[in-house]
Amino acid sequence: MKHLIESLKKNRLQSILAPLLKCLEACFDLAVPLIVADIIDNGIAKNDKHYVVSRFFLLVAMAVFGFACCVVAQFFSAKVAVDTGADLRHRLLAKIQSLSLKELDKVTTSTLITRMTSDINQIQNGVNLFLRLFLRSPFIVLGATVLAFSINANLALIFVVAIALLFLIVFGVMTVTASHYRRVQQNLDNVTEITNENLDGVRVIRAFSREKKQQEKFEAANSILLSSQIEVGRIASIMNPLTYVVVNGVIILVLWLGAKKIDSGLLLTGNIIALINYISQILVELVKLANLITQLGRSAAGMNRVGQILEMESSMEFSGETGADLSKSDEALCFEHVSFRYDGGGADTLTDISFSVKKGKTVGIIGATGSGKTTLINLVLRFYDSTSGQIRLCGVPIESIAQSELRSMISVVEQKARLFKGTVRSNLKLGNEQATDEELWNALELAQAADFVREKPGMLDEPVEQNGANFSGGQKQRLTIARALVSKAKILILDDSFSALDFATDAALRKALRTLPDDVTVLMISQRAGSLSEADLILVLDDGKLAGKGKHEELLKTCEEYREIYESQCSGGEAE
Amino acid sequence: MKNSTMKKVLKLTKPYGIFIAFSIICALFSVAGALLIPVFTGDAIDYMLGEGKVDFGVISTKVILIAAAAAIAALSQYVMAILNNKTAYCICRSLRNRLSEKLHVLPVSFLDSHASGDILSRMTADIDTFSDGLLMGFTQLFTGIITIVSILAIMFSINWTIALAVFVLTPFSILIARFIAFRTHRYFIEQAQTRGDETALVNELIEGQPVLKAFAAQEKSLRDFDEVNEKLRSASLKATFFSSLVNPSTRLINNFVYAIVTLIGAAFAISGGSAGITIGTLSVFLSYAGQYAKPFNEISSVVTEFQNALTCAKRIFDILEEENQTPEKEDPVSPPVEGNVSFKNVCFSYSKNRPLIENFNLNVKAGQSVAIVGPTGCGKTTLINLIMRFYDVNSGSINVDSCDIRSMTRHDLRSRYGMVLQDTWLSGGTVRENIAYGKPDASDEEIVAAAKAAHAHSFIKRLPQGYDTPVVASGSNLSAGQRQLLCIARAMLVLPPMLILDEATSSIDTRTEMKVQSAFSMMMKGRTSFIVAHRLSTIRQADVILVMKNGKIIEQGKHGELLKKNGFYAELYNSQFAR
Repeated sequence: MKHLIESLKKNRLQSILAPLLKCLEACFDLAVPLIVADIIDNGIAKNDKHYVVSRFFLLVAMAVFGFACCVVAQFFSAKVAVDTGADLRHRLLAKIQSLSLKELDKVTTSTLITRMTSDINQIQNGVNLFLRLFLRSPFIVLGATVLAFSINANLALIFVVAIALLFLIVFGVMTVTASHYRRVQQNLDNVTEITNENLDGVRVIRAFSREKKQQEKFEAANSILLSSQIEVGRIASIMNPLTYVVVNGVIILVLWLGAKKIDSGLLLTGNIIALINYISQILVELVKLANLITQLGRSAAGMNRVGQILEMESSMEFSGETGADLSKSDEALCFEHVSFRYDGGGADTLTDISFSVKKGKTVGIIGATGSGKTTLINLVLRFYDSTSGQIRLCGVPIESIAQSELRSMISVVEQKARLFKGTVRSNLKLGNEQATDEELWNALELAQAADFVREKPGMLDEPVEQNGANFSGGQKQRLTIARALVSKAKILILDDSFSALDFATDAALRKALRTLPDDVTVLMISQRAGSLSEADLILVLDDGKLAGKGKHEELLKTCEEYREIYESQCSGGEAE
Repeated sequence: MKNSTMKKVLKLTKPYGIFIAFSIICALFSVAGALLIPVFTGDAIDYMLGEGKVDFGVISTKVILIAAAAAIAALSQYVMAILNNKTAYCICRSLRNRLSEKLHVLPVSFLDSHASGDILSRMTADIDTFSDGLLMGFTQLFTGIITIVSILAIMFSINWTIALAVFVLTPFSILIARFIAFRTHRYFIEQAQTRGDETALVNELIEGQPVLKAFAAQEKSLRDFDEVNEKLRSASLKATFFSSLVNPSTRLINNFVYAIVTLIGAAFAISGGSAGITIGTLSVFLSYAGQYAKPFNEISSVVTEFQNALTCAKRIFDILEEENQTPEKEDPVSPPVEGNVSFKNVCFSYSKNRPLIENFNLNVKAGQSVAIVGPTGCGKTTLINLIMRFYDVNSGSINVDSCDIRSMTRHDLRSRYGMVLQDTWLSGGTVRENIAYGKPDASDEEIVAAAKAAHAHSFIKRLPQGYDTPVVASGSNLSAGQRQLLCIARAMLVLPPMLILDEATSSIDTRTEMKVQSAFSMMMKGRTSFIVAHRLSTIRQADVILVMKNGKIIEQGKHGELLKKNGFYAELYNSQFAR
């Protein structure tokens, strides 16, 4: 809730004025019956036509003025609501961006997207309705009750009981439905997730002719969604009829008890009419209030879910400024007895890793699937913090390097090539916005991507679709390599980045990489021992442990795991 | 356009005709109750004229009548709400099901060219808005119309002059409501579209978090997002504000009507005579005029909700009406499985102005293996799209066992192939379910055997719940290599007569790869196979090598032959040693 208030504060004036103006409009509404009564009592009774006409114009003027108040109020409410929605979306995304991968691992993409879209929509609708009704409705309820007391305190006590009862019903139903709405949202998440799966996996699904099964799975989840929706609907629908019964109960009591009072001369007939009018007015506003609360229930559920994310703390702290000078040390990267375990992981993914690299050297990392290669890279990028041990970059403990400095020092080519919607240029400039076109072309040239970019009609301005869908796997991979080169980082990480490349392109790329400036340290993960044979240092990972480190020739002699890998590739006919 | 959408929405409600009929009956009861209670109350009040002049007999009868009317009205309200809920949600379910079903019969080209975030937003946000509109429509439209008609009847029976004034003036509020709704319609379209764009962007940004973090590009991406967010903000502001004008505007008209009724009524009362009305009648009139206006307000808000709902419905129908992949032949052939594949003058391109594959001819005999090599982006994936009939050829034909693949069912064709793609997609569910993906009734022994053959067994056993470990759709609990092994096990279990391997072994380490390769060659024995290959060993063993460049097959033959030819293949081959 505090997040919502923070967003509302940005439109403080409008948030306050909107309900006040609605109140003003309500006053005009309340006054109309009084004026009509005045017309009847003074105009008609005294046969005064001029009086009737003058009151008529008063009614019209009040209608116009009420309308004006209302239009302004509606505008303010709409503005506050959409501003709040936009602000929450902005903050949510900013939060998601600030969280470390450790936290993001715990939430799926589809829940984040529903929070970003439908949840915030619900909040937006809730804010809009709230501003329009939250003063107006209670104002009329309260006003009517006070007037009822002024007529007859005894009978007005019925009102107090009735209003208490009505609130009990309304809030009782709200409380029960809130948890149900949460369940509905979860079920909706499932449906979204399955749809997402069907979209991503279309080729495999069709290849295995599993369309029917996937559809069955979808329909099952959809049916669960339906039954939860119907259940919550059933509970929520109780509210209106129940309040209706209570209000009519009041009318019956007022009639019966009122009749007795009239019989004994304690009350006038007109007063009964007034009382009944008030309870009707109260009902009308309470129904609005109930609807408002229903919407608020959904909004609150949405706000809760959004709040959960906004309140997630990034478990990693980055220092604001790097204390030490990074250029002094000639050491690029150093691991000292580093171990790491994923949250909820049964065992260490990395155990007691130690090594050190000088600036400008090339490090190869090799090991079986799941041996911890990518995890090691994630630690260097500080996506995660090590569980124990210390990592130093350029002689400085990684924890004390400012985030922006750390990221600009390192650039990475991920295993899975990922491009963003935009243009080739906007993608290449991701890590270095100042890059000139010449620098971009140089990087493309190095990454063996210049040829196909040049062939595109738009060249650097060639549009890139979502996830780079209009480029082939190999092209995407080369563009991501070029992107990493554009940022001119001192440490370049290649995480098995040549997997989608054919061997010719692979070779040309390797050759080109050798022309990088001398002070660039390269960390290269590869499956092929041959590709790493020229590395200054090769780390052999086996099940999270460092099975060997050294140069190619040394390892062939000393490290059994490395020899095995190398020989397996020789017999495969790939030795060089 | 709007009318046709409306027609389609009405068609959706057809199966729920009985529910809707009952709902209307309930609406009748609840309105009757609501209108009768004031009459009974008025009657009762007439029998309490003052001190000592109270007829308790009549009053108790009226009180019982009020209680009965309230009970009936409350019950019908409840039943109506339940029925309307059920109708609206059931319609949404069937829309969702149809949309999902549609995804399975749309051409792959459609899905390749549409952002998944946009399709997702139609599945969730649009259907939600649609159901809200539908629900409101059902609940308030019925009661509104019935109330209007009943009150009009009562008013005309009391005094037709004033009734006529009300009757003539009130339509103005409908006109205004319609006018505003008409204007806001396009804002709602704009809002829905920007929302779709934003969802697509958010999808991309969230999935790309590791990259954005690595490049410290969070700020830049947040700026991009803010731009779209601002567009959405201004579109929603217009849509929300203008649609919220409907209520005040109709209320304004209604207040005018109220004032005019008072004026005319007062004039009648003052002039007296036979046309005159009593003060009592006037007060009844005023109370009914007020009640008469209320449903108009409701109906106008229904109209805006409904506009909104129709806009969303249109976006849903747009997909539902998208052309399906070419339908199956009515009398599909199913040639006996041998494994011969031939391409005859095949031409294909994704877009007309950029031809890709032209006049391609190839004969693959059963049991042969075909290696596809070439620089990246040369059209290797395209070939797979054609072989699996994810895309249809533009001209020429592809034949399997001497039958045009377009004369077979897709299921028949695809079940003849085992496929391991570069994109290691796994379904949500357990490891076991994923391996048995192509053969859900596989026994545990078969599953374990396939996993062993794909060298996945040992890592699966080490997973926390072994074969029952759930696979997270985004796959964060398995490494890329492990996912690939599962994909291979999945293909191993089915073991169809033909294979398609698309860079299948690229992210497996070489030790595992060697074992997989041996399993593959075992699997490939006697099976026709197409391999997008990077490994020299695979290429050497192939019966035919297709060398592709710019979408064309520029060379084909065996390894030795091609080397002798000293063409593009030789260049590719030699460049591997130029390290």
